[in-house]
Amino acid sequence: MTRRTPLELAGAEPGPAFTVTFDGRELAVLPGRTIAAALWSAGVTSWRTTRAGGEPRGVFCGIGVCFDCLVTVNGRPNQRACLLPAEPGDVIRTQEGTGHHD
Amino acid sequence: MTDRTGGRPHLAVVGAGPAGLTAALAAAARGVRVTLVDSAREPGGQFYRQPAAALGARRPEALHHQWRTWERLRDGLARHIASGAVTLLTDHHVWSVERESGSAVVHALLGPAQEESVAVRADALLLATGGHERVLPFPGWTLPGVLSAGGAQAMLKGGLVLPGRTAVVAGTGPLLLPVAAGLAAAGARVAALVEWADPRDLLRHVRVFAARPAKLVEGARYAAELARHRIAVRPRHTVVAAHGSRHLEAVTVAALDRDGRVRPGTERRVACDTLAVGHGMLPHTDLAEALGCRLDGVAVAVDDEQRTDVPGVWAAGEATGIGGAALALAEGRIAGLSVAARLHARTPDPRSYAAPARERAALRAFFAAVDSVCAPPARWAEQVTDDTVVCRCEEVPAAAVREAVGELGAGDVRTVKLLTRAGMGWCQGRMCGPAVAGLAGCPEAAPRRPFAHPVPLGVLARDPAPAPPSDLAPHPAPDPASAPDPAPPSDPAPHSGPASAPVSDRAPRPTRHSPSTGWESP
Amino acid sequence: MTKPLTCDVVVVGAGMVGAASALYAVRAGLRVVLVDRGPVAGGTTGAGEGNLLVSDKEPGPELDLALFSARLWDGIAAEPGVARAVEYERKGGLVVASDPRGLTALEGFAEGQRAAGVAAAPVAAGDLHELEPHLARGLAGGVLYPQDAQVMPTLAAAHLVRLARLAGASLLTGSTVTGVLRTASGSVRGVRTPRGDVHAPAVVNAAGTWGGELAALAGVFLPVLPRRGFVLVTEPLPPTVRHKVYAADYVADVASDSAALQTSPVVEGTAGGPVLIGASRERVGFDRSFSLPVARALAAGATRLFPFLEGVRAMRAYLGFRPYLPDHLPVIGPDPRVPGLLHACGHEGAGIGLATGTGHLLAQVLIGRAPDLDLAPFRPDRFPDSPPGGSPDRSAEGPAGLPGERLRESPGRPGEFHRPEDTP
Repeated sequence: MTRRTPLELAGAEPGPAFTVTFDGRELAVLPGRTIAAALWSAGVTSWRTTRAGGEPRGVFCGIGVCFDCLVTVNGRPNQRACLLPAEPGDVIRTQEGTGHHD
Repeated sequence: MTDRTGGRPHLAVVGAGPAGLTAALAAAARGVRVTLVDSAREPGGQFYRQPAAALGARRPEALHHQWRTWERLRDGLARHIASGAVTLLTDHHVWSVERESGSAVVHALLGPAQEESVAVRADALLLATGGHERVLPFPGWTLPGVLSAGGAQAMLKGGLVLPGRTAVVAGTGPLLLPVAAGLAAAGARVAALVEWADPRDLLRHVRVFAARPAKLVEGARYAAELARHRIAVRPRHTVVAAHGSRHLEAVTVAALDRDGRVRPGTERRVACDTLAVGHGMLPHTDLAEALGCRLDGVAVAVDDEQRTDVPGVWAAGEATGIGGAALALAEGRIAGLSVAARLHARTPDPRSYAAPARERAALRAFFAAVDSVCAPPARWAEQVTDDTVVCRCEEVPAAAVREAVGELGAGDVRTVKLLTRAGMGWCQGRMCGPAVAGLAGCPEAAPRRPFAHPVPLGVLARDPAPAPPSDLAPHPAPDPASAPDPAPPSDPAPHSGPASAPVSDRAPRPTRHSPSTGWESP
Repeated sequence: MTKPLTCDVVVVGAGMVGAASALYAVRAGLRVVLVDRGPVAGGTTGAGEGNLLVSDKEPGPELDLALFSARLWDGIAAEPGVARAVEYERKGGLVVASDPRGLTALEGFAEGQRAAGVAAAPVAAGDLHELEPHLARGLAGGVLYPQDAQVMPTLAAAHLVRLARLAGASLLTGSTVTGVLRTASGSVRGVRTPRGDVHAPAVVNAAGTWGGELAALAGVFLPVLPRRGFVLVTEPLPPTVRHKVYAADYVADVASDSAALQTSPVVEGTAGGPVLIGASRERVGFDRSFSLPVARALAAGATRLFPFLEGVRAMRAYLGFRPYLPDHLPVIGPDPRVPGLLHACGHEGAGIGLATGTGHLLAQVLIGRAPDLDLAPFRPDRFPDSPPGGSPDRSAEGPAGLPGERLRESPGRPGEFHRPEDTP
């Protein structure tokens, strides 16, 4: 059986991709995708390290309940990547600890 | 409060999934003005989660089941929005509900910035808040690549994206079947479907299938889909551990004996980069509890008309007990009919909702049987090693929970939380609650969460508008230019349809307001 | 029926005060059984902020007890592993005044405290931000109280109970006291629980807000009443608020309407990361319903004090019931009306801090020593023997002529206790 992509399965005809950066690296993002979906599609599955253990985290519940996918976007920490739509030019950064600086 | 323009009573519905949508349509068709509030960008809830409009999906139905039902709901909603009977507020995150002099007030943060709150005031309130997945911990479950089964499905349906190439789907419950089938259809290799229950046990519940033969057909259809994708199904198996350093690399799968213990020697390592895992669902009850609604176990208690014990507050769908979309549709319809009758000072005729009531009874019986078959194995907590993180937010290991009970005199979930911080983090115990209860040997209890959603203190500090001129009142905002512009009741449609732009697109995103206060003046 | 336990003293209530009472008693050589209807710290202790404060107390017996207790807390915290386990931090309190009038009143208040032995250093307006960089601009000044400290109250109670058990005390949780056993002559001889009797010649009432009910079981009237308070809890932050910071406005208030909701901003960080925001006071009985107006008032007060909190999110709120007596002093010591009955309750918003002194003094009484502090102001029989007019609640002013009566609301007790809403 040939493997296809979710975009093919749903017959998606998205608009042109735009660019965001993740930790300084440029990523192409299809319009409509959340930050989490944008990062997944670029092969990135973790974008936060925990306060105590420094452990990597990414999407867990996928619906905004667990807050595991917190990320810093455009300088605002603790945004839920699974809910927040990506916008052209977004500056996404791996969030460390509380995401706040003293 | 009744509508100033048309004199119609006003219902606020929290949740635009199958239950909330059905109720909204039923009530709107019977002379009730409805405001439908949902946190997502599109209506549909988790079951009918839609791909983002900008992705231009021509075949969204390829990701869904019961698409005809959705088309009916979607078209009905569009009609009622066009006629002004229904106002749809998407990307509105409800953080609190209040009852105030006979009306209900719903407070919602406007996403995605979540720096403004609006209040919706209505004569009646329907809580169709749905549920979320229960995932019990096991070693390695915090590794990236391990995610909830529903989460994998939500990301696929909404973002048309997969987390990896090779997936294992594991846990228990009816959700695993569509998740495995969906991931496979979208191009993932599904290495195994690991289910700790034995689906054949369900066949012992002959009567429930006699009442719901459709469920047998549904099961057979999934079995065929799994076979078509060559997905190996492993009943009475469990994932013992997830492995990897910074990302999931493999899982260990083992067989369970009749007592729910791992059979020694059956452990097998399966390479994968994705583990979609779930152990059933839990109702969202925060808002109901904040209003003081009685709970029945972990679900909102309702009567035959889907009324809670708080006057003017109805509940339907997963919030009143997990039972899937078909049950949510039946309950939503009953709730909508009841609201419409009661708001017009009538008692609904039970014959008017006899059909959905029969459906409701049969489906509740069916899911009670599912629950009994898919209950966690009695010994699941034994597999949780001391160093396994139980509370993902606060990184509390199982050892700390065990110590709180064994050494420090905790006897209930609340004291365990206070002694260990398990459940004190961002998710407020929504993820770890069942695990902590299981490890501590306490009953699963829904703790009170006065805020259903984190709320900025600046938003909280701003008083809501006193006596709002409309029943959709933005709180005083520091910067009028960035304030939301909700439509007054006379404006029939802030949205032309469910696929229209989300409300929040009007607000600039990352700017932070700092309203000046007396203390800040020099 | 199980064989009754026998010991020297039964402590009823495994909150902070009961835990400290059990610890000091067992260390004084007594055989101790600690009984609670729920788990350890299941009542007001589990709903507190864990303040060990001298800053909020005017000169008098309560301040003397607070200073005494603070020294004992230092000693306990110096025991191996304790400070870390209970998150003991001598962070200091910073009381700030928003205008010159308030500052004058605050400085006068501090002067009196200094005479009573409190360390209280004036802080000029220009120096406030060195102590608290995120504090609002434009404040008139403040006073720094380096003796103020903090613990995590549930951990503190649980670890003191653990130390007491290591020293030989027994803990009976989930055991409601349904009766106080008396001899023919009226002396106490133990307590009754559904899980069996516990025999002892002494019973300590450390039942906190429910102390009046336990007193009633022993046949005496003790007017302990609940005063509700809410606390807001923020998202986790790096160390941002260094001290316990609160507004001094209450000091400038000459009188207050004691029936209405009162809120004064109290802000502090925690070892766990979240910032705690108090403090509200309401007399609404044991009403556990959440109040959005109270939460709004707390948020408004806190954001005035620390404007950066505007953008910080509140994750939860909890509430609790402080135990208070009409004259706002606890009851500590033997009850002359019932030989063998001792009280240690009614500490209002200060029980975590006052627990060590309370436990120490009670242990001295139990072994027949003269207590290090005069217990006369805390006498349990200082109130009338029955509720006036039969009404269980009353205004803060209370019936005229009570010894130790205060004619106005006790000046701010920012370190209030609260019971979380999520109590089953």
